[in-house]
Amino acid sequence: MATVTLNIDGQKVAVELGTTILEAAQLAGINIPTLCYLKDLNVVGACRVCLVEVKGARNLQASCVTPAGEGMEVTTNSPAVRNARRAVLELILSDHPYECLTCIRSTNCELQALAEAFGIRRVRYEGERLQKPLDQSSPSIVRNAEKCVLCRRCAAVCEKVQNVQAIAPQNRGFGTVIAPAFEAGLAAADCVLCGQCTLVCPTGALHEKDDIQKVWDLLSDPAKHVVVQTAPATRVSVGEGMGMPPGSIVTGRLVAALRRLGFDRVFDTDFTADLTIMEEGYELIDRIKTGGVLPMITSCSPGWIKYIEHFYPEFLAHLSTCKSPQQMFGALAKTYYAEKAGIDPADIYVVSIMPCTAKKFEAGRAEMGSSGYPDVDVVLTTRELCRMFKEAGLDFAELPEEEYDAPMGITTGAGLIFGATGGVMEAALRTAYEVITGEPLASLDLEAVRGMEGIKEATVQVGDLPVKVAVAHTLGNARKVMELIRSGQAGYHFVEIMCCPGGCIGGGGQPIPTDLEIRQQRIKAIYTGDAAMTLRKSHENPAVQALYAEFLGHPLGEKSHHLLHTHYVERRRNRDL
Amino acid sequence: MQLQRAHVLVCHGTNCALHAPQALVDAFRRALRETRLEPEVRVVETGCFGLCEQGPTVVVYPEGTLYCRVSPADVGEIVSEHLLKGRPVGRLLYRDPAAVKTVQTFPEARYFQKQVRVVLRNCGVIDPSSIEEYIARGGYLSLGKVLTTMEPAGVVQAVTDSGLRGRGGAGFPTGLKWRFAARAAGEPKYVVCNADEGEPGTFKDRLILEGDPHAILEAMAICGYATGAHRGFIYIRGEYRLSITMLENAIKSAKELGLLGKNILGTGFDFDVEVRLGSGAYVCGEETALFESLEGGRGEPRVKPPYPTDRGLWGRPTVINNVETLASIPHIIEKGPAWFRSLGTPGTPGTKVFTLCGNIVNTGLIEVPMGITLREVIYEIGGGIPGGRRFKLAQTGGTSGGCVTEELLDLPMDYDTMAKAGTALGSGALLIIDDSHCIVDVARSFAKFFMHESCGKCAPCREGTRRLYHIIDGIAGGRGSPRDLELLELLSRTLYMTPLCPLGQTAPLPIMTTLRYFRPEYEAHFGSGVCPAGVCAEPGGSTKEARAW
Repeated sequence: MATVTLNIDGQKVAVELGTTILEAAQLAGINIPTLCYLKDLNVVGACRVCLVEVKGARNLQASCVTPAGEGMEVTTNSPAVRNARRAVLELILSDHPYECLTCIRSTNCELQALAEAFGIRRVRYEGERLQKPLDQSSPSIVRNAEKCVLCRRCAAVCEKVQNVQAIAPQNRGFGTVIAPAFEAGLAAADCVLCGQCTLVCPTGALHEKDDIQKVWDLLSDPAKHVVVQTAPATRVSVGEGMGMPPGSIVTGRLVAALRRLGFDRVFDTDFTADLTIMEEGYELIDRIKTGGVLPMITSCSPGWIKYIEHFYPEFLAHLSTCKSPQQMFGALAKTYYAEKAGIDPADIYVVSIMPCTAKKFEAGRAEMGSSGYPDVDVVLTTRELCRMFKEAGLDFAELPEEEYDAPMGITTGAGLIFGATGGVMEAALRTAYEVITGEPLASLDLEAVRGMEGIKEATVQVGDLPVKVAVAHTLGNARKVMELIRSGQAGYHFVEIMCCPGGCIGGGGQPIPTDLEIRQQRIKAIYTGDAAMTLRKSHENPAVQALYAEFLGHPLGEKSHHLLHTHYVERRRNRDL
Repeated sequence: MQLQRAHVLVCHGTNCALHAPQALVDAFRRALRETRLEPEVRVVETGCFGLCEQGPTVVVYPEGTLYCRVSPADVGEIVSEHLLKGRPVGRLLYRDPAAVKTVQTFPEARYFQKQVRVVLRNCGVIDPSSIEEYIARGGYLSLGKVLTTMEPAGVVQAVTDSGLRGRGGAGFPTGLKWRFAARAAGEPKYVVCNADEGEPGTFKDRLILEGDPHAILEAMAICGYATGAHRGFIYIRGEYRLSITMLENAIKSAKELGLLGKNILGTGFDFDVEVRLGSGAYVCGEETALFESLEGGRGEPRVKPPYPTDRGLWGRPTVINNVETLASIPHIIEKGPAWFRSLGTPGTPGTKVFTLCGNIVNTGLIEVPMGITLREVIYEIGGGIPGGRRFKLAQTGGTSGGCVTEELLDLPMDYDTMAKAGTALGSGALLIIDDSHCIVDVARSFAKFFMHESCGKCAPCREGTRRLYHIIDGIAGGRGSPRDLELLELLSRTLYMTPLCPLGQTAPLPIMTTLRYFRPEYEAHFGSGVCPAGVCAEPGGSTKEARAW
């Protein structure tokens, strides 16, 4: 690879040809401030905060988009540069609501941090500001165009990572907004509500819909029996939200904290993740045996479900009919648990702690109430839960480690790894192998389906059958897999698709920031947790075994069919309007 | 073949078309039929003749008699007097405003005397819908010469040697651009003609395309041969209906004669041209925003580098040239680089087409050698300022140019001199403003334009153009203070130094130059709220904005 040598602030820096000034400076330990820049995804030079002086150029250059050139002389911290950055920031701020104190992103806002770093103490520009109504049309995400700085990271993620393109720039100039076509609400768009946009938004322009008050109201009513479930991925991310380093495993503290908030029972979605393996595993075996529709595709990820309903409705028969672990949990909490605990299901309320904004949408789907009650009453994202903990004044790091309640808190490592891409597949294979062959697996760690590779394939010999599987995360990769399936070239039996990068640990409801490195640390924590578990196979979960013995009968049985399985709907696409 | 003793040329350029010239043509044909002159006199619908102020214009050959502001009611007299009896109709002749005398034939008019018509050679002379007339004037000769006697590198060399610089405004050497594209790796390559003429007060490209569409097609094919491209696109404003019709008609007839399409002139060279319509965004005249729009995307500029010659349309090497630049090409090939260099200045050879508008007697289209002074243009060709008013300032290069005052009128007009003076030659718009206008009001109208046309991609332009307008509007409304001028200067510097594309970078130019030359007039609006020109209304009241065009 050819290299170029340039001079940045008096330092000689040799970099590969094609490296930008920003990257070259980072290599030299010089930090240039950015706002719109998102490595590899949004390199557009729009915000002009990363301006630098390049000797010989008439004007200042945006370092994020300007390639380093041989012999280039760059100054990143001259009066001209500082003044220009300050002037640009002042202009951006002049069109921004001064609501920092009440903003959901206060103290975790990139614009606020820049204004602070540059010592902007006043904004001299007066006049018009963009005025737009809040978009609260969706159950998951709120869009506040007035706080948008038009960095376009959200649109870049939506287009390049998720391949959805639900939002894009609309209008022109000062009136520009990032919105669905014709400035429709998110609910009317092809948006799958994955919330990846909320993770990359530097300000409070895109954020989760806040349902905290609903939960406080439930908890403060003594007549209500409020149970909580925690998704696998939340125990490796709540710590970050509470000021701990990425990848901290805080399972026990999470349980303790939830008890202190006042939940009557603290249960675990991992329990119904194990149950999903049983139901989905038997469904797969059944499909293979009876010549059913293959490949079968997982159905745990509500963003993925909404995506296939919008974009590949002709493949809905490929989806497993299993509800997601969240919904299975809710259905059982209001039937099995109600019966067992002797509580009227009308008095039971289920709160979910999810890494996901789309789970809010899933909980509200019309199909999700087969017990006669809504499976799940309120869904909180990890971020909302952290705010509740802070409001309650919990000193999270100092809490004791506590155990989940029985029976719906008894889990295995197989349920836990649902939180990372490839986890459902690995858990399913651990069980399928042993159920079909009757022999124990030599190694429980299926490395082939782990990790951040976009699409992973493996063939596992299960008895006489070489089972061909694929694992994809992000909807961009999902699209590739779907096109492969459409072409008839895939030959897969079973496919796991997770909507978000890295799986649920990278979900749209997780703490901000969530970047590649942080995702990898959370994944590492998931597998560390799995390795530390005594039980690591779903079919060995004694509580699941008891559930079948006492209540469900057997996988795919009558009760399962009624409570744990669902159906899907074809959704309209905007481009067909 | 029927020989004709006389030709009646009726201008059909869009400016004259405002006066429905078709009725004139119909009237001539009817009158000629009635007087049985039809076989010996031919009526030709031409492109723009240039003297838009006097339109609709009619020129009768062989004398070259120029009739102005002709209406259908005048036609009978022209036919019966001039064409039957050989007596020009005196009352319709052009009166030279400077000389206060009647001009018999148009070369006598001072309006034409300093003009050198290269690019406009055929405009107002031939019927632009007739490929035969273009060929009869030497059209497609250069393409034939290139395809049969020259190597591609030789063509690039000829253009390089001519010293031709881009007429879209930036003045980049055309030969260099062609060389970059010819050398760039990547197939296919494209030739794009930028006919998205959005600069207020500029209408030269439209009139060139209306009057001589084949020149552009010929030049694009030459460029394709020189750079290795086989496909060309003309990106043109959707409002330019007549240009579009003329171009589409020209493409069709060139294909019929084998001058476009497969195997041109039997040489094995293929080149095709398509017309694509823009939807009116000013920023789409910026080349990379133009590509985005042409590809079907949102019209927003891309980051440069990579430059179009490396990665342009659909990411392929692309030459993008302005209409006027391309229109010079066939002449350079035909007459040679040395001839071209004999025109204009050493740094900027050739001619330049300007559009005169605002407070000037002869509004219209002119072509002059580079290096002519603004004073010559305004007072000799343009006929000076009407109504006995005084010259106040000229804006050169459209809204994104700067302002020129009395003291700078003797500067030779070329890219480098104008840039050095803090303004721009730009696209060739010359907006003349007299002393009845208020500088703050004028500046406000420029600011409003940029505010309206900012694409919204980069922060300083999106926000800054809005703030620029707000501040100037405040000053015009009597709400200004010295603090506002400081802020205006800071904002202008910010806009000059920080935006992504030339739209934002040039937005402050008219503000910076008017502030430099007319600061007291800005200051006069403070406090007392007195507008020296009496244009801006009382403080707090509604204000009238300049309607310079």
